[in-house]
Amino acid sequence: MKKIKIGIPRAFLYYRYGVLWKSFFEKLGLNVVLSPETNREILNLGINNTIDECCLSYKIYIGHAIYLSEKCDYILVSRVCDYGKKDKVCTRLNGTYDNLKYIIPKEMIIDFNIDHTNHKYQIFEFFKIGLKFSKNPIKIIYSYFYANKKQKNYDINKHKEENNKLLKKNKKILILSHFYNIKDKFISNYIIDYLEKNNVTPILSNNLNKKLAAEFSEYFSNTLYWKYSKEMIGSLYYYKHQIDGIIFISTYPCGIDSLVNNLAILKNSEIPILTLVIDENITDLSLETKLESFIDIINGGQNE
Amino acid sequence: MNKIISFPHLGKYYIPIKYIVENITKYKVLIPPENNKETIELGSRYSPEDICMPFKYNLGNYIQALNSGADILIQGGGGCRYGYFAELQEGILKSLGYKFDFINLIKNNHISVIKMYKISKKLNKKLNIFLYAYYLIQGILIIIFMDKLDDYLRKNMGYEKEKNSFKIKEEKMHQEFSKEKLGIIKIIKIYKKYYKEYRSIELEEKTRIKILLIGELYSLMDLNSSNNLERSLIQEGIEIIRYTNLTYLLIKKRFMKKMLLFKGRKYLKYALGADGTESVVHALEHAKKGVDGIIHIKSFSCVPEINAMPVLNQISEDYNVPILYLSFDGENNISNIDTKIEAFNDMIFNKKNK
Repeated sequence: MKKIKIGIPRAFLYYRYGVLWKSFFEKLGLNVVLSPETNREILNLGINNTIDECCLSYKIYIGHAIYLSEKCDYILVSRVCDYGKKDKVCTRLNGTYDNLKYIIPKEMIIDFNIDHTNHKYQIFEFFKIGLKFSKNPIKIIYSYFYANKKQKNYDINKHKEENNKLLKKNKKILILSHFYNIKDKFISNYIIDYLEKNNVTPILSNNLNKKLAAEFSEYFSNTLYWKYSKEMIGSLYYYKHQIDGIIFISTYPCGIDSLVNNLAILKNSEIPILTLVIDENITDLSLETKLESFIDIINGGQNE
Repeated sequence: MNKIISFPHLGKYYIPIKYIVENITKYKVLIPPENNKETIELGSRYSPEDICMPFKYNLGNYIQALNSGADILIQGGGGCRYGYFAELQEGILKSLGYKFDFINLIKNNHISVIKMYKISKKLNKKLNIFLYAYYLIQGILIIIFMDKLDDYLRKNMGYEKEKNSFKIKEEKMHQEFSKEKLGIIKIIKIYKKYYKEYRSIELEEKTRIKILLIGELYSLMDLNSSNNLERSLIQEGIEIIRYTNLTYLLIKKRFMKKMLLFKGRKYLKYALGADGTESVVHALEHAKKGVDGIIHIKSFSCVPEINAMPVLNQISEDYNVPILYLSFDGENNISNIDTKIEAFNDMIFNKKNK
């Protein structure tokens, strides 16, 4: 029998739950199809099928989903509402399912919904999805715990890797952005590469242990209620004394970043900060100019 | 030393809010000038680039209030990212060199009555829980009655025989509600009086053209921020249906969340966040009833409303209802939007007269 193909868009929550999803479905005996790294073609698919006021990250996500819709039997669409009263997410993620069902056929969508205030927890969602592909509940539960463990190990390794970077002697710049922006090659690859080429170590904010980061965000503000922003801003306070500069990357127009980043800039005026807003028309050249002058500031003219 | 309290504008709601604040805290209240061009210019000069319009207006209100001598500022909006405005606004104003106290009534993204009591207790030692509840109830009554009268006005103002008769009555009503001390019985009396007066206004009998206004709350409730869109539609002789008002947001919404999702189950599986779900469900309800057109307004980059737009498109297609999307960022050239509205109106009138 031919294996069922399930597609996972390589955007947004893939970068948070990717290992978990992938190993869960593979353990259940499905064929997991990943969309390729973001490129112009995928981005254009997204731009053409969304309202132009949407943020770039969302356009990329839609692009990936449409790209996969021709190649798979099912597509995993993730919708997140909140992780509890004080841990909300961007409202953009509340509507992914209801917006996508008008773009790709509804029958293809498998929806993954986390909504703690309405008692929709991760484990039950996996069980529900698992029942679609397997009749053996023990197998589903086993696959979930197996996959969960794998994801945890992956996260721990990443955390260690990041902390090892701190031991390096050269200048360090913290790259502060949401996980889906940092890991997306289209958005951040050029920036990270450029820093490495110029002998500066980029520290990535998304690899820090998530609980630790959320705790550190208390130094910033105790009323912040977006989970992903908490993790992002927590890493600023975790690394604060070990870095020489910060680069904020945000996609245009990001509602949350416009508040949180600007407040962070106000509160941390002693550290050099560069804000890069990425939109669909950004060119490498314009980024290069900004990065070059920023590195000059960090080095304080020591090179000359 | 007498301190002065101020708060940002939201349409005409400064009347009940002022009433509550003044009576609970016993401080003097300063109302900043109504939202106008200067407000938005001041606001956008100091706000971040891609923030939405309510933030800019709020900041403009604050600056104008501080310039005329306010010492304490209040922020109390909740919802999507509105709940986090307060901290950044405080930071920006402090960095501009103003000295003031900032009161944030938001807890977990919603206005908290208990937090409000604790704060007002600090400001006014004589306050007790009964007095607090007494004035709060009065304020809420004013809000409810103002909204009820407003609903009638929106429906019928376009068909008045004598021009401006509604407008004159409305202004008088606002004046009566903005007295210092009213009492529950007085408030009900005022409402009854204007209930009768509104209905005594003679109306023309014509076939009515109905337009449903949905969208983001600030641009809906604060008429100045949307270039008086609502009133200019009314002047064309259109009946406006609008659900979003403070009564709805503060009281009704709590009981309707599950119902809304059930009503819109054909188009929505999950809530869209903030008022997105409401927009969709109300559009659906009225599309079924046969409304002549829908206008969806929001401030630029309002995420919940953008979530609602693809769904609204589908509804408009299924029920054959024309829909117009407008987004305001405070710096629009007015003629651009005017042209859109004119074309939309023409289309609706032509369709109706066929």
